[in-house]
Amino acid sequence: MAALSKSSRRILGGIVHWIVLVVFAVVLAFPFYWMFITSFKRTSDLYNLKNNPFIFNERPTLEHLKLLFNETLFLRWLGNTAFAGLCVVTITLLLAVPAAYALTRLTGRWGQRVGIGIFLTYLVPPTLLFIPLSRIVATLGLQDSLWSIILVYPSFTIPFSTWLLMGFFKSIPRELEDAAMVDGLSRFQAFLKLVIPISLSGILTVVIFTFTLVTQEFVYALTFISSAAHETVGLGVPVFLVRGDVYYWGSLMAACLIASLPIAVLYNLFLDRFIAGFTVGSVK
Amino acid sequence: MSALGRQRWLGPAMFLPAILYVAALIGVPFALAFLYSVGDVKVASVGYHFVGLENFRSVLQSPAFRTALRNSFVFTVSSQVLVLIGATILALALKDAFRGRGFIRFLILLPWVAPVSIGSIGWKWILDSLYSVINWVLIRFHLANEFSPPMWLGEPKLAMLSVVLVHTWHMLPFATVIILAGWTALPKDIPEAAAVDGAGFFRRLFQIEIPMMRPIMNVAVLFGVIFTFTDMTVVYILTRGGPYDTTQVLPALAFFTGVLGSDLAEGAAISIFVVPLLVVVAWLMLRTAHRAEVT
Amino acid sequence: MAIVETRGLTKNFKAGQAAAVKDVNLESREGEFLVLLGPSGSGKTTLLRMIAGLEEPTSGEIRIGGVVVNDMTPRERRIAMVFQSYALYPHLTVLGNIVFPLKARGIGRSEREKKADWAANLLGIRHLLDRKPRELSGGERQRVALARAIVREPSLFLLDEPLSNLDAKLRASAREELEQFQRRVATTTIYVTHDQVEAMAMGDRIAVMNFGEVRQIGTPAEVYDDPADTFVATFLGSPPMNLVEHGDVVIGFRPEHFFPVTHLAGRAAVPEDLRAGETEGPYVPLHFRISHEEYLGAERILYGDLQDSRFEAKKVISRMSSTHGARFETGSVHAFAVPEQHLKFFDRAKGTRTARVPLVPAESP
Repeated sequence: MAALSKSSRRILGGIVHWIVLVVFAVVLAFPFYWMFITSFKRTSDLYNLKNNPFIFNERPTLEHLKLLFNETLFLRWLGNTAFAGLCVVTITLLLAVPAAYALTRLTGRWGQRVGIGIFLTYLVPPTLLFIPLSRIVATLGLQDSLWSIILVYPSFTIPFSTWLLMGFFKSIPRELEDAAMVDGLSRFQAFLKLVIPISLSGILTVVIFTFTLVTQEFVYALTFISSAAHETVGLGVPVFLVRGDVYYWGSLMAACLIASLPIAVLYNLFLDRFIAGFTVGSVK
Repeated sequence: MSALGRQRWLGPAMFLPAILYVAALIGVPFALAFLYSVGDVKVASVGYHFVGLENFRSVLQSPAFRTALRNSFVFTVSSQVLVLIGATILALALKDAFRGRGFIRFLILLPWVAPVSIGSIGWKWILDSLYSVINWVLIRFHLANEFSPPMWLGEPKLAMLSVVLVHTWHMLPFATVIILAGWTALPKDIPEAAAVDGAGFFRRLFQIEIPMMRPIMNVAVLFGVIFTFTDMTVVYILTRGGPYDTTQVLPALAFFTGVLGSDLAEGAAISIFVVPLLVVVAWLMLRTAHRAEVT
Repeated sequence: MAIVETRGLTKNFKAGQAAAVKDVNLESREGEFLVLLGPSGSGKTTLLRMIAGLEEPTSGEIRIGGVVVNDMTPRERRIAMVFQSYALYPHLTVLGNIVFPLKARGIGRSEREKKADWAANLLGIRHLLDRKPRELSGGERQRVALARAIVREPSLFLLDEPLSNLDAKLRASAREELEQFQRRVATTTIYVTHDQVEAMAMGDRIAVMNFGEVRQIGTPAEVYDDPADTFVATFLGSPPMNLVEHGDVVIGFRPEHFFPVTHLAGRAAVPEDLRAGETEGPYVPLHFRISHEEYLGAERILYGDLQDSRFEAKKVISRMSSTHGARFETGSVHAFAVPEQHLKFFDRAKGTRTARVPLVPAESP
């Protein structure tokens, strides 16, 4: 290594750097490119083994999209997912925001421990709890309805959100609330009128991440919901978009694309805030 | 009511709803899982009979279970090793700013952000027995036979490999983000001191930077182990556990037995086997979390 | 031993903005303790880092021991550096830290142990070899950093404000240890600091920097008694030199050279204030109205302004030993004076030192 000059070493390093990035980016993102191209390829092109699969050999088509939107319950699933997401986000915020605040400000050291404990519940896997929960859901008469997952999802979104929010609240200096209380506000008023407005970006991050957690969930949805009309997107697409044993790959891939890209964009926009909350929360 | 007195009930009032909700939806089923595993509950049954370790005995004797247990370990260990190595290399490539880094980061995050089920079904199409694009490329390069190309999801060893690789693909971004965060948090002057001390690139990397990042790598690995060991989605969608149970893993087996097979007791018994692992991992996480704070 | 030279060294971080280091020409002497002194942003750390190879110069040359090192990595320059935070490897023991540079050079095990032992002994940290950095005090960490630096027997030492992270009490003893250490190993050392007291105490020569340029290089006596411009004049010395405008020039005199006329009259002169020969010779009388006084124990600092039409009520400071018991009431005006030999003249526009000019005589009262 010492034999190479500084500048040639730098060029070599640059080339290796780019090769690494390209390889990883291709491997990680390729399936989505594949979803994209499959969605718009004519069926005859798609199933013709002689054609180069990486390009459009015939003109692109919207037939798969039309099938998806007109002849399947895809739109219904999107609606279900949005509705479930909205409800779960609301429940999560109502419970996690005050909890995170209380654990950060009002409880001292054992509050920290409870916070860590709450976070650990996030690690309890759905594949352990789904069997008893299926019984509970059935007993409550919620089986095969969206309400079952609206009820159950907060069990993991709340721990996750509480932990994230604790990180954000911790970074707000106590003096601000002390000053407000000296000025005459009660602790709760200080919370409502001061802390929440300041933490809006943190709360927004939590909203986005909670929503993505809802859309990504599969196991509970698979367990509790059986009829197609009540499915969420994450469940309906891989499970119900097949007719018998036949996979309509074109429409299936179109559905996948639509189900993943918007979330990806949102997630990406908020990732830095998430990391900030994550590292502040864990390194203190 | 004094201001201080008011404050005392405010705290609990604010966090109790969350704690109660979580306790109800996690604690209660958790306890129930244990209860079912030592009972004889089926979906349609009404009463509850205690049967001791009967369920565990029959589970341990079933070859499907033993295969699933072994597969779970193979699946978890191999994917985690790949993820750790891959994420470290990728984080290294991403840690210094360069033009287009934001875009590359977006691409790299896609496998984690897209729902697992969606990503898995995408891969199912890529690995399809007839139309796999990978096979098309391999045949073109004469690395595979046109008339008997690799059946990625049909042959036992290949199916396991496929499942491991898809899971690695899914977990890689998350681990990368965590390790990257750890790397940017490293104090800058220590690698500089190592450079002045005479350490070249690789010595700096392996003897100074990576050892310093051990706590955060531990966190990434522990998360990964939990999410992988308890995941059933990839297997369910790609292979349904086949061919012939060769890719069956514990959580998927629990699902097939308990939910599809309606034998809640046995399903619960199977899923309980995950608990010792969880306890060990949780304990390890608490320990490394402490160490990450001290530096 | 190495001589470090820089020729026309410039560093521009962002095109279009002011350069961090501007055209610096520097030459160190063998075995000397050279201090780079300046306020933050003066470019002293950037200059040091370029010498170390941690920063790429925009233009100019750096030579160590006569060899141009611009293209060499830090590793190839065979220098040692002590960082502000000491940069000890937290996951290695003290011994591990010290042998690390030897391992990096591929030195064999027994040789490594010998050298580490020698370095640890030199710095009196043999008893700490098994500890981890987080278990050490600030002073101990400095010693470990020095041991790690010395163990390779480098030809050049670079130190980046190593005392600034220590608390005030510790700083004095750590400073003394550093000075002793440097004298013992007699290696050329370049030391960066913003603390002029440190610079004066430790340096064989001081390079005073501001806005990326070296304003003056000289021994402590030279930069203190013979400043090249108003920046150097006011940066060194606390309280700073008094500067008074007079036509095209600025006249400077140090607070300790500004004292009551009565001190000149041959009465029992106290050694701290006056050196031999100062009682004679011409002096400039100035009327001083005192606004307040600080009693600092060994010294007294008097703040006030000049009651002299030539100088427009300019604020000045006087400094004298407390052994003078004279009382000075606030608001009162006293006859003070400055011996003419201690007046320094600076160009008003450029700030640089100029020749003495005769003073416009004071108006008769």
